[in-house]
Amino acid sequence: MAERRAETSSPLSGDRVHQSLWSTLRRDPKVLFAGGFLLLLVLLAIFAPFIAPKDPLEQDLMLGTLPPAGGSGYEPGYFLGTDDLGRDVLSRLIYGTRIALLVAFIAAGLAALFGTVLGLLAGWYGGLVDIVISRLVEIWMAFPPVLLSILLVAVFGSGVHSVIAAIVIIDWTRFCRVIRAETMGQARLDYVIAARTMGYPKLRILIREILPNVLPVLVALLSLEMGIAVIVEAILSFVGLSVSSDTPTWGGMIAQGRQIIYQGWWVLTFPLMALFATVLAFNQLGDGLRRALDPVLKR
Amino acid sequence: MTSLSLLNRLAMALITLFGVAVIVFVLLRVVPGDPVAMMISPGASEADIAALRAHYGLDASLSVQFAVWMKAILSGDFGTSISLHRDVLELLAERLPATLELAGAALVFAVMLGLFIAVFATLTSRTRLAPLVDTLNGLFLAVPDFIWALALVLVFGVLMPVFPLSGRINPDVQEGFHTQFFLLESLLTLRFSSLVDISMHMIMPVLALGLPLASIITKVLKQALAEAMVQDYILLARLKGMSRLRLVLQEALRNAIGPTIALTGVQFTFLIGGTVIVERIFAYPGIGNMAIDAVINRDLPLIQGLVLVFGAMFILVNLASDALVAWFNPRMEG
Repeated sequence: MAERRAETSSPLSGDRVHQSLWSTLRRDPKVLFAGGFLLLLVLLAIFAPFIAPKDPLEQDLMLGTLPPAGGSGYEPGYFLGTDDLGRDVLSRLIYGTRIALLVAFIAAGLAALFGTVLGLLAGWYGGLVDIVISRLVEIWMAFPPVLLSILLVAVFGSGVHSVIAAIVIIDWTRFCRVIRAETMGQARLDYVIAARTMGYPKLRILIREILPNVLPVLVALLSLEMGIAVIVEAILSFVGLSVSSDTPTWGGMIAQGRQIIYQGWWVLTFPLMALFATVLAFNQLGDGLRRALDPVLKR
Repeated sequence: MTSLSLLNRLAMALITLFGVAVIVFVLLRVVPGDPVAMMISPGASEADIAALRAHYGLDASLSVQFAVWMKAILSGDFGTSISLHRDVLELLAERLPATLELAGAALVFAVMLGLFIAVFATLTSRTRLAPLVDTLNGLFLAVPDFIWALALVLVFGVLMPVFPLSGRINPDVQEGFHTQFFLLESLLTLRFSSLVDISMHMIMPVLALGLPLASIITKVLKQALAEAMVQDYILLARLKGMSRLRLVLQEALRNAIGPTIALTGVQFTFLIGGTVIVERIFAYPGIGNMAIDAVINRDLPLIQGLVLVFGAMFILVNLASDALVAWFNPRMEG
């Protein structure tokens, strides 16, 4: 009985959050559009072998640097043209969603996990735990992210695992700082004080009472972080420090397109557009979530 | 800022720089790829390898290596680049000015553009233009320098080839410079033909770096101005019949500038980080471009030198922005 009361008195508990959140989001066209686009990307990534018209790795030098549909010399079937090795740009673009989304979900998810755990601990337990974690975050943030990511990939060697590890090691601080502040704010609210008065163990209050209430903020941050992860992966692919060159990635395609820019502008343009749309979608989704969740901004 | 707190901050800055040095050193000592393996020829004997390790001091303990390295750094010896076979400090001195000029120009551009749009948005806040400015800026906020750079390459390098795609200066014009600060030197010596050439090379990288910063400055300054515009003193000034433009520029801006500078300082460090990839895209010969090559070649001495230089730049920018904030906001004193 007592347990139930402590839970229902929390300001943003369970169903109510989901209901109000969903009804706000449903009326936000930007969020719907962004969400729909990202869903489409996920489907493309999963069903790439069935959707892609060609083998993304198949080279045919006879079909090198063909222009996209509408250009003179367009070869039917190669809708977005081919690169200098005769590989189909559209198919490579579709397969490229795999690495992009893989890095986005795993890297951002792990960064969120570590950052949130440390942020919750620092914000809830305070004292020495907080001092140690906060100092760590400060030192971490003195390091420029781009440089640190290059340094880390140099240390780990190139590859998609290194890219993910680098993103997690650099960006957990984003989550840690926000979740710590959010936890401290929640800890002052009545429902937490009530739960403490009831004599629940501290860890239990943290997990069952506070965590659900910082979750919405976390989701918004996560969406923004996924956009960052997609860019970081593209940058590292661009300089040749991500996956090996026979796996199609947007960053790798962009690097190739930059080199042959005078022969075939489309090799650079289409992956760049895909990258831009994806980053924008994650951003809009994250911003939409944040707007819907932020009670101060709500009119 | 009082002299005491200034000293305090300087001390903190030195400690942070030392921390950066420790992290770089330790990180690069756990690199799986053995730097010696990169230098030897395939037929080298065990004894040769050991001799080479001893030559570079790689056989001593980690703490001894660190002490030796630190002492060398403090006496200005950053070692020799493994891939370029040249003195690291010399390489840095040659390339750093290019990056400083690029980052500096991007900062000036971003501040001017951000200031202009924020003031414009405040003056037109009640017109139909307002939502347009907001939407555009919201869009710009989502575009990182990497995408800007490549979009610019497409538009102004290929579609309408008005600017050179790569490099810093045309080799024909490069003769006769006494320093590596080409932009500054040609400005000061009034050599307009080189000035034009350098500017043409810099426009695209400056835009790529400056536009994201400009949209952040716009957002923060616009919000700060909106808050300032509803204060009593503004109302008083308005009652006195001051024009809206003067009101914004003379009264509101003075009070809104503090938080904007603090944020610009932080964001400027991100801009400096962004030079790494932007220099790469435009084949601009700065330290960022060199950093990527150093990583690809696993050139430890060069990576160490570069990271220290970047670290020092970040710390200096932070110090400078702290000082500026204090200067613009006397209430912080004491």
